[in-house]
Amino acid sequence: MARTRDESSPLFAGNAAGTLRLIVYLALAMVLMVLDQRNGWLWRLRYTAAVVVEPVYRLAGLPAVGIHMLSSAFGDRQQLTEQNQRLREDLLLANARLNQMAAVAEQNQRLKQLLDTRRSLGLKVQLARVIGVDLGAFRYRLTLNVGARDGVKPGQPVIDAHGVMGQVREVLPTTSVVMLLTDPAHAIPVVIARSGLRTVAYGSRDGEQLTLPDIPLAADVRVGDQLLTSGVGGRFPPGFPVGEIRTVATAATGMFMVAQARPAADLNRSDEVLLLHDQAEPDGPPALLPPMGPPRDLAPGAGDKPAANAGRAVPPAAGPTRPSMPGGVTR
Amino acid sequence: MSRQRLGSWLFFGTLVFSLLLMLVPLPLVLEPFKPYWPALCLLYWSLESEDRVTLGLAFAVGIGADLLNGVVLGEQALRLCALVFIALRFRSRLRFFPMWQQSLAVLVLLLNDRILLLIVRVLAGGSLPPGSWWISPFVGAALWPFLFLLFDDLRARLRIQ
Repeated sequence: MARTRDESSPLFAGNAAGTLRLIVYLALAMVLMVLDQRNGWLWRLRYTAAVVVEPVYRLAGLPAVGIHMLSSAFGDRQQLTEQNQRLREDLLLANARLNQMAAVAEQNQRLKQLLDTRRSLGLKVQLARVIGVDLGAFRYRLTLNVGARDGVKPGQPVIDAHGVMGQVREVLPTTSVVMLLTDPAHAIPVVIARSGLRTVAYGSRDGEQLTLPDIPLAADVRVGDQLLTSGVGGRFPPGFPVGEIRTVATAATGMFMVAQARPAADLNRSDEVLLLHDQAEPDGPPALLPPMGPPRDLAPGAGDKPAANAGRAVPPAAGPTRPSMPGGVTR
Repeated sequence: MSRQRLGSWLFFGTLVFSLLLMLVPLPLVLEPFKPYWPALCLLYWSLESEDRVTLGLAFAVGIGADLLNGVVLGEQALRLCALVFIALRFRSRLRFFPMWQQSLAVLVLLLNDRILLLIVRVLAGGSLPPGSWWISPFVGAALWPFLFLLFDDLRARLRIQ
């Protein structure tokens, strides 16, 4: 088949105009990336374009829903009965435990009133469903079917029946994206249930485990220890299971112990998750007050350098409060 | 006229469908095997359809893909622009390769694309992906002949140039 060959598709040599155009587009893309990295444009744009974006998410989530429905419709009868049986047993066990807890909770409430603390055991939660959408960030994100219109705010903790899953990262009008605990850019303040040691659990590269890189050498940590949220920083309420320690070793530097933990929550398999409302009172030190002083125009010299520096020398909040700050997660 | 309109419907339809396919999740075991559909789709059209695919279109598709699933805005725009540029530059040669050579060329293009992605992610402060992350280009190259034949067949049936 003979084709007329034109300027746009030369056989060997390319033309300079095409290369120039490529460079312009690549530069444009890079500028966009840098601006987005600085200002988070992507999410603002996604929010603006939510009318288009969200139906697409729902549409892309349909195959997953379909497979789920098919598997429950044509599921093995025996499998379903087994599952039913297991759920029934779980419910029985949970109810029994709950009954036992009720008395303790009441007692706890009374004692807390005596001690005048405000934290309550009551949980305000919202049920959300996971939309099966692949957001391309390796494996560290989940999409939920609730959003700003349902009162979801960035930073809300997300849990499932077994433990903490992560926190809400970005919110669209009717969908939201959850950052999982195992994201390398995520950190959660934890306490080791047995010894009461407080530390921070970070996500790890393989997306399956949590890493606790800075445990003091003298600390009492063993394989099998349960990790609970410590409540430091105020983002995650205290007392929720986070994971279980799998390995403990001395770090390469010899200064700390490093532990690997397996998340308690079923990060890969959860269909329904709970969003916690009413975030707990922060346990840590109170927030820093903005530096106060006499009004600037009352200062003796207008260009009084030391006074200006003193106002800036207040140390920023640091340490385990890192996940509690919206800017604390970098990505 | 209507034939031409049908052609552009098919063209944009496949592009939109490839974006959707990109979003559809696979079971966890198959996750690393998912090919980069928009790239394959754009590659086909840039090889087969004379003047439909331009760098501007690749950029637009990339921005759309970033809007739908993306870590950084402009990431996929950059990758698709580079991919389409190379494909258009070597178009006349790639078109006359036998299928297996074409698949190899697609493999190289997709690997190049992954390397670009890796550079962008690492510069943006992400962590290195696990080893299974490199399987996807091979799956894409293996699927290429089938995709190519499917699209050719579609076009032949609809008699679209």
